[in-house]
Amino acid sequence: MSNLTRRTAAELADLLAAGETTSVEITSAHLDRITAVDAQVHAFLHVDTEGALAAAGAADQRRAAGSVSSTLDGVPIAVKDILVTKGLPTTCGSRILQGWVPPYDATVVSRLKAAGLPILGKTNMDEFAMGSSTEHSAYGPTHNPWDLDRIPGGSGGGSAAAVAAFEAPMAIGTDTGGSIRQPGAVTGTVGVKPTFGGVSRYGLVALANSLDQAGPVTRTILDAALLHEVVGGHDPLDSTSIDQRLPSLVDAARQGSSGDMSGVRIGVVKELGGEGYQTGVGERFEESVALLVGAGAEVVEVSCPHFVHALAAYYLILPSEASSNLAKFDAMRYGLRVLPEGVEAPSAEEVMRATRDAGFGDEVKRRIILGTYALSSGYYDAYYGQAQKVRTLISRDFEAAFGQVDVLVSPTAPTTAFRIGEKVDDPVSMYLNDIATIPANLAGVPGLSVPNGLAAEDGLPTGFQVLAPAMADDRLYRVGSALESLLVQQWGGPLLAQAPSLVSEGASA
Amino acid sequence: MSGLDKLDQPDRLDQPVALMSYEEALTRFDPVMGLEVHVELNTASKMFCGCPTEFGAEPNSQVCPVCLGLPGAMPVVNETAVESAIRIGLALNCEIAPWCRFARKNYFYPDMPKNFQTSQYDEPIAFNGWTEVQLVTADGFDTVRVEIERAHMEEDTGKSLHVGGATGRIHGADHSLVDYNRAGIPLIEIVTKPIEGAGERAPQVARAYVAQLRDMLLGLGVSDVRMEQGSLRCDVNLSLRPSADAPLGTRTETKNVNSLRSVDRAVRYEIGRQAARLSEGGRIVQETRHWHEDRGVTTSGREKSDAEDYRYFPEPDLVPMAPSRAWVDRLRSVLPEPPRERRTRLQEEWGFGDLEMRDTVGAGALSLVEETIAAGTSPAAARKWWLSDLARRANEQGVELAELSVTPSDVARVQALVDEGKINDKIARQVFEGVLAGEGTPDEVVARRGLAVVSDEGALSEAVDRAIAANPAVADKIRNGKIAAAGALIGAVMKEMRGQADAGRVRELILAKLS
Repeated sequence: MSNLTRRTAAELADLLAAGETTSVEITSAHLDRITAVDAQVHAFLHVDTEGALAAAGAADQRRAAGSVSSTLDGVPIAVKDILVTKGLPTTCGSRILQGWVPPYDATVVSRLKAAGLPILGKTNMDEFAMGSSTEHSAYGPTHNPWDLDRIPGGSGGGSAAAVAAFEAPMAIGTDTGGSIRQPGAVTGTVGVKPTFGGVSRYGLVALANSLDQAGPVTRTILDAALLHEVVGGHDPLDSTSIDQRLPSLVDAARQGSSGDMSGVRIGVVKELGGEGYQTGVGERFEESVALLVGAGAEVVEVSCPHFVHALAAYYLILPSEASSNLAKFDAMRYGLRVLPEGVEAPSAEEVMRATRDAGFGDEVKRRIILGTYALSSGYYDAYYGQAQKVRTLISRDFEAAFGQVDVLVSPTAPTTAFRIGEKVDDPVSMYLNDIATIPANLAGVPGLSVPNGLAAEDGLPTGFQVLAPAMADDRLYRVGSALESLLVQQWGGPLLAQAPSLVSEGASA
Repeated sequence: MSGLDKLDQPDRLDQPVALMSYEEALTRFDPVMGLEVHVELNTASKMFCGCPTEFGAEPNSQVCPVCLGLPGAMPVVNETAVESAIRIGLALNCEIAPWCRFARKNYFYPDMPKNFQTSQYDEPIAFNGWTEVQLVTADGFDTVRVEIERAHMEEDTGKSLHVGGATGRIHGADHSLVDYNRAGIPLIEIVTKPIEGAGERAPQVARAYVAQLRDMLLGLGVSDVRMEQGSLRCDVNLSLRPSADAPLGTRTETKNVNSLRSVDRAVRYEIGRQAARLSEGGRIVQETRHWHEDRGVTTSGREKSDAEDYRYFPEPDLVPMAPSRAWVDRLRSVLPEPPRERRTRLQEEWGFGDLEMRDTVGAGALSLVEETIAAGTSPAAARKWWLSDLARRANEQGVELAELSVTPSDVARVQALVDEGKINDKIARQVFEGVLAGEGTPDEVVARRGLAVVSDEGALSEAVDRAIAANPAVADKIRNGKIAAAGALIGAVMKEMRGQADAGRVRELILAKLS
């Protein structure tokens, strides 16, 4: 079956259930696709051919024995290289973890394994998830399948590009300020950041603990819902995980796909649009809102006045937490160890210094310095303390808004994919990519990005963001699914069908 | 400079240090102390993971991703440790925070896996307490109230072993090994407010406070409180000022004070050292100092200035703790009796006089005597063994009574053997020698050393006959009514029997044969 890589995860699950294909066939097809295109895309840092095929074989045996582990049993997946995988290298896109093989699995990974999903490999990312372009990976950038000269977003550009390039039907990403949603928007894929505490962070190498959340990266809303249900739910190993069940996300996605939005109140966030947003992004957004109105939704404009301070607060809280999290990378126990040059018998501290100097990239060093400064005595109240207050005000903005409407919407990212190298020397302009996605992380509310077309001026994908109250992740799926089905109807097929094939005619893939 | 560079400074053990005599120092200065005690809890598992806490296991055998600080691992609070912390707080008359958090204390050190310690900072679980410390005086007891600033929870670090140097310290070592078994063991840090007005009794107050804390923790059953194993560690903050109404002087923090005797000695030493320095017009540097038990001195460690910045912030991987009122009340209702009440009750139960009681408390034998009595020994006998022979042995070894390898049940068994006539007091001492030498239980020592009293009348009678025959002059004196002379014959018999005879029965036999 040459078109297995073009199928959605839900379709693959149906084919497996109907006995029309096997997990080994599906997994092999994706491994072949990786071989064919990943030299151009560079979505993967590590491909586990052997492990994936073994897991696929086991899935086929389970199915033959009539004991499938889950709906997605046998459907392969890619995992962002920030989640630890027992026996598989985990680098976080950093030189400092080169060669480290974790002795344990992240809870998300063990849930994937328990549900029978073969893991194809680990995907590329900005070093320690710091960035919006995947250019900050120590192992080289990932390329956007829509235009290989452009960035795939970040930090989870590898996961988004792998799914957009049909190298994997699904992937796991992590989102600290938009690292699932923004790559989704610029690669024409679906990305969901669940409610904070909805998916275990155990085994997710922390960037900023109070903001990080793992979630699905897929090509359809239904696939995201199916994956979210596999990895989500309470985990006693993560004290911040919420011990409460979500309403069915798959049901919400199915309900939404009817396209009926009557009775749904939607708020357009005034502060997340207009100036600074690319024309084509704005146009596609207006069009999507009009579609939802046409489907019966009640749409109002909502103001969240403190969102304008979100970026500033985020760039104090994130580096503060990160500076502390990254202290453990000191060459004493695992990972890279660099001996200082010209020092005869270096002390532990000299080895730490040399290793951290060689092992961390510039963006990581920048944020460690920022965070160390912000937490310093005498500055704590002015920086970290103030930022936490802003965070509270942003949460209140959300509460007030969700008093009026069921969901909030905005463009996911202010621009389409920019060119590789274009912003790498301008950190602040890079940071602005996450302006629309950061508020959800600060407040812990869930957010989703669904592809909503191509910008007229550059022909590149744009994303539509839906935000819901904490633990109301189902609303994301209902609204996202409705918009998706209305758009797909309009386009006459999925948006990714319009992406370049990446493989020259006649080449085998 | 960072902390590590400073630790690389050479020892200053060999530099001469001017000391002022304790008596003179106290005529010129008023000491103010602050005591920080770290207690390792005896929970089965660590503070934030399920690893066992057993002491002395194979290095790095009790570790997991969490206590090794591996990337991605997350802490989960040990509820038993929180319960212990609350009980300690309540026993110290503290307020229990209705809501509190853990914080990260950030600094680099190879024995700290995450390069931050998960601790509590401005939101301790227990605060604003007090305890009454019992001091023994010439005629009984006195009570000093010590105010408690806070008791907070934190995790222990790993343990570094510096290899290749002469001193076992980091300086001069060619490499270091780290054992992370201890990393993550729950600790409670108990901090006093400045203890003022102790004057010349400062060393005594410090020692009595730590001793009482140890007994209290033992009574609560929350820690093994074995100072020699480091499960109770004391840091002594001390400063001097010219008079009680002068502002506080600059303090030093002396670490590594790990026995009760050392608490007393370290306070005394720092008073003498600081007094000499100040009298010469010098100034005291705010620093960490290390106590050297063997030499009885402190040496300069890290300089501890205000520049030391731990960049505390709330631990984002843990949710705030909010112990319910009902839980706290329930824990309060089952607290052990406070020390003073307990002492009064026991004195009455045992019928001890004030001075007897004072000496028992002063020797650190209260609980030992109590347990010995509970094992069936009379109060007088229990007291006798602990306060005479065993106290002497502890003193010789420079350890606390409780650290001796003799347990209350051993003492009770030895006394039972005496009561049964199987051994006498003299043999009992040899039994204790054997137990202390690790030869086994009292019964095993008696059996192995062949120490039972000779109760064979025939053998005894023959020994008496031999003694009479060998000492005709003494025998004549006794025949002539000088009964006091019998002692010499008893001695001779006991010598022949190598002490394994009932001296009373020997005396009876001698008198009967010579009457």
